[in-house]
Amino acid sequence: MIPAKFDYVRAGSAEEAIRLIGEHGDEAKFLAGGHSLLPLMKLRLAQPSVLIDIGRIRDLSYIEDKGDYVAIGALTRHHDVEHSDVLAEHAPLLAHATKHVGDPQVRHRGTIGGSLAHADPASDLPATTLALGATYVAAGPNGTREIAAGDFYESFMTSALAPDELLTEIRVPKMNGAKWNFQKFNRRALDWAIVGVAAWRNGDSAGIGLVNMAGTPVLATAAADAIASGASPADAAEHAADESDPQADLNASVEYRVHLAKVLTRRALEAAV
Amino acid sequence: MTITDQPTTTSTSVIGQRLLRKEDPALLTGEARFTDDLQLPGALHLIVARSPYAHARITRIDTTAAAAAPGVVAVYTGADLTDLWAAPMPCAWPVTDDMKSPAHYPIAVDKANYVGDAVACILATTNAEGRDAVELIDVEYEPLEAVVGLEDALSDRIIIHEDLGTNASYTWPLVVEEQEGAVDRAFADAAFTVKERYVQQRLIPMAMEPRAVAAVPQPFGGDITLYTATQVPHILKVMTAITLGIPEHQLRVIAPAVGGGFGSKLNVYAEELLCTALSRKHHVPVRWTEERSENSMATVHGRGQIQDIELAADAEGKLIGLRVKLLADMGAYLQLVTPGVPLLGAFLYAGVYHLPKAFSFSCTSVFTNLTPTDAYRGAGRPEATYAIERAMNRLAAAVGVDPREIRRRNYIPTEAYPYEAYTGLTYDSGDHIKAADIAADLADYDGIRAKQKDQNVEGSTKRIGIGMCSYFEMCGLAPSRVLASLNYSAGGWEAATVRVLPTSKIQVVTGTTPHGQGHETSWSMIAAEKLGVAVEDVDVLHSDTAISPLGLDTYGSRSLPVGGVAVAMACDKVIDKAKLIAAHQLEASAEDLEFSGGSFTVAGSPDKTLPLAAIAFEAFTAHDLPDGMEPNLEAHVTYDPPNFSWPFGTHMCVVEVDTETGSVDVLKYVAVDDCGVQINPLIVEGQVHGGVIQGLAQALFEGAVYDADGNLQTATLADYLVPAASDVPSITLGHSVTPSPTNQLGVKGVGEAGTIGAAPTVINAIVDALSGLGVTDVKMPASPINVWTAIAEATASSGGDVGGAASAPDTSTSATSGEDDQ
Ligand SMILES: Cc1cc2nc3c(=O)[nH]c(=O)nc-3n(C[C@H](O)[C@H](O)[C@H](O)COP(=O)(O)OP(=O)(O)OC[C@H]3O[C@@H](n4cnc5c(N)ncnc54)[C@H](O)[C@@H]3O)c2cc1C
Repeated sequence: MIPAKFDYVRAGSAEEAIRLIGEHGDEAKFLAGGHSLLPLMKLRLAQPSVLIDIGRIRDLSYIEDKGDYVAIGALTRHHDVEHSDVLAEHAPLLAHATKHVGDPQVRHRGTIGGSLAHADPASDLPATTLALGATYVAAGPNGTREIAAGDFYESFMTSALAPDELLTEIRVPKMNGAKWNFQKFNRRALDWAIVGVAAWRNGDSAGIGLVNMAGTPVLATAAADAIASGASPADAAEHAADESDPQADLNASVEYRVHLAKVLTRRALEAAV
Repeated sequence: MTITDQPTTTSTSVIGQRLLRKEDPALLTGEARFTDDLQLPGALHLIVARSPYAHARITRIDTTAAAAAPGVVAVYTGADLTDLWAAPMPCAWPVTDDMKSPAHYPIAVDKANYVGDAVACILATTNAEGRDAVELIDVEYEPLEAVVGLEDALSDRIIIHEDLGTNASYTWPLVVEEQEGAVDRAFADAAFTVKERYVQQRLIPMAMEPRAVAAVPQPFGGDITLYTATQVPHILKVMTAITLGIPEHQLRVIAPAVGGGFGSKLNVYAEELLCTALSRKHHVPVRWTEERSENSMATVHGRGQIQDIELAADAEGKLIGLRVKLLADMGAYLQLVTPGVPLLGAFLYAGVYHLPKAFSFSCTSVFTNLTPTDAYRGAGRPEATYAIERAMNRLAAAVGVDPREIRRRNYIPTEAYPYEAYTGLTYDSGDHIKAADIAADLADYDGIRAKQKDQNVEGSTKRIGIGMCSYFEMCGLAPSRVLASLNYSAGGWEAATVRVLPTSKIQVVTGTTPHGQGHETSWSMIAAEKLGVAVEDVDVLHSDTAISPLGLDTYGSRSLPVGGVAVAMACDKVIDKAKLIAAHQLEASAEDLEFSGGSFTVAGSPDKTLPLAAIAFEAFTAHDLPDGMEPNLEAHVTYDPPNFSWPFGTHMCVVEVDTETGSVDVLKYVAVDDCGVQINPLIVEGQVHGGVIQGLAQALFEGAVYDADGNLQTATLADYLVPAASDVPSITLGHSVTPSPTNQLGVKGVGEAGTIGAAPTVINAIVDALSGLGVTDVKMPASPINVWTAIAEATASSGGDVGGAASAPDTSTSATSGEDDQ
């Protein structure tokens, strides 16, 4: 429970954060809410030699209506996402899913950017933003670029971000009145999902993101296509795990996970009316 | 609803009040001092290097790099320290004369026998430096195949302790037969038999405060003060003196504020011995604080049994014979009371039921390459209660009656108390039908049964069930002679001193060691009641062997029925002495004096009165005491209880099971406990709440999971699922009050009752909900996947949803186990 030795520097702006990570190189890591990174450090599973604290970059904490989409600063705390009026109106699925992240303490510290950058397939927000077709904005020494959520998650806890890139903004398309539902199946209220489903449908379009069904968050395209083209929730849900490649762990076998994905997808689609 | 009989104690003004606990302000504001809070300038930090292998020979240890690391003062291997130990680590319960026990030292010397076994240690000037340096100790292992399963252990395929020649530590039989062959005859004559196998998964006690130790040598003379997060400072003092070969009178053990134990701190641990021995060697304080994942591996576990239970019943379903065979997991070594834990349950396998003398019990205990097991809340009794209470439901099914009815037919009748059980133990009191009726009312038992008919229909994916459990707690460990008959190395008495200070404030010194139970409040209430003083005027001293030199500490729900009773008895002795002083002062005969409200009054002359306060000052000045009387007003009592105490009760639980996902929702939980007279109902309720949650946690959430190589998969609180407040139901409490006839307070104990009742109640409810699908058992913990698997297996073997049986409770399934004997 005592991390290995590390140095600590605090960045006052995105530019400074990027400059600092350039100076300190590979062994440095950004520290946002610390609620994923610090537990790993305490278990000595991560041993960065320098922490660059971006947690106080106020400029990166915002939720703004941008017309077609809502822009969320990467350092926005889960609590603020959960309680945002803009999101309640335009992307209620994200606000609602965020309510299910950990407990109030976690939601007051953890950030949306940290959650996405950490790229843990068991986390709620990667799959949710994926289902919503979000775009992420990354800033690096050579400027900024946009990365579609669908291109962001490369493998288990590995994202398309370069080591010296900072995630600065999440752009969530407005849901325009789509019906939605979020299912999180876990054993204790504060736990990560054994399986989770974020689903929305609007006329002939739909999106379904699965939590903890592979090394990356999964877009359940076959099920979404089926429901969009008129299949019943039960029939569409039969295809829920088509794109999945789940692992077994203490809480679930592969077979059980696939079963849960189908049951929860059906329930989500039934409820999203 | 609460049904309260008039307690038999004296007119109560303090006893029975719901007083807030005295100890809570300090705990809630963070002012309480735990061991790790102690400021000890110059202390060295002990860090223990632990084996990553469950079973491995240690072929070489290179400490050079660690020794050269910043802040490191010393690095020791097991071989370096052998001179420090006068004896191996103690096991105080050699249950049989031929019990096999491996030599166990604080640091392993040539073999590591579980993941977490100590293989070396470091003393460093700071904890952080020590934690860095410990990673530099280079231990070369030759990994051996690990023994993880109990039956595998029993096969002796791989022998863990080669010198013992076997993995079996002991077999302890207890056969009670009216005539020889009575058990076999009962099974031959039976109209119904039930045969079940249950598995008690290993549990990790997970006290809120992990262990912590600080040993502080005095500058001159060799005295040492050992601060430690323990439940048993008194026992620890004796055992440390013996193990280290140091004079007992030079050792003082203090348990500062202790954040829970649940049995896990009822032990003598390597780190306590290491800190003490190394602080003597280095002449500086040595301290150690456990990390959470270290706690999961290096602090004892609980449970870990395979139980085979067989019931024989007559045509009405009345028990006529009982067979129990246990296979118990000792882990890698025997800790303080490891071997005795499963045997404590031996006396409770017939639960609250009348059983003729046709009982056969045998427990074989084996070593495995896992963390040692030991006492954990209930220690043997929850396991026993689980087996009989699950099996009674199977018997109900076989007989074709409701689980309530099968119990009603078998309960020991109230008139039969005091009741001598088949084991020879005398149960002091019980009113089981009353407890069950209160519970059934609170749980709306009949309403739930009716609702099942509508809800548990074919195709339904949300099935409800109701489960129950009736139990005895068997508290108040223990009459010393009974312990002797069980080969336990210590007695079961408790000591108390009550001292009236010159200004009439009261000091109570107790040998019990509270670590969350609220003794300061309860003992104050007992003294206040007895002596007629205000609760605030009583101070309770404990948990320091210099202040309270005699005691046997806190476990086994013993503190109130043994230690609390000792306090009451010491108060009586104080009153007796005060009476002689009062008689002398009032020039009256002692027989004519009455004591009430804190004053002595001469019978018939209400104006001739003397308050205890005045007598206390007289006793202090000693100017005018009766001839030959010693000054001061204090009394000491050591009380050895004549019997255990026998709290009893019934729990009920209503669940809804989502058959698609296997998740279980506890809709209602009712606990009716009769712990005799309640000194402070608020504390009683707290104990029951905590106990129920702990039992429910075994039923639904917790389990120490190991892989095939003996690696603990659940070492953190992210993987070992201790439920939080949001994950458990609110609990409806009811109680009855049947005072214990064996002590003057009428008290029985309540610390373990909740845990004993909860696990079988919850599992019985789940099985009841799923009985229409053919489910007869669900593995603990009943996690969603375990429930889902049980449903899948049952439906696969019965060919789908059994329509007709779906609406009926557990009783509609046929007990396959009973059929061949019918
Ligand atoms: C008890 C507990 C329960 C939890 N339960 C859940 C749950 O149920 N569901 C769930 O989804 N999550 C859960 N979490 C995780 C929580 O949401 C974390 O806060 C979140 O995943 C990480 O966000 P953070 O701001 O804390 O990131 P940090 O821990 O600070 O960082 C995580 C990683 O991302 C990197 N990083 C952070 N910000 C950026 C950035 N802007 N650009 C580039 N890299 C960056 C860091 O370098 C680090 O590698 C839980 C955490 C805890 C402690």
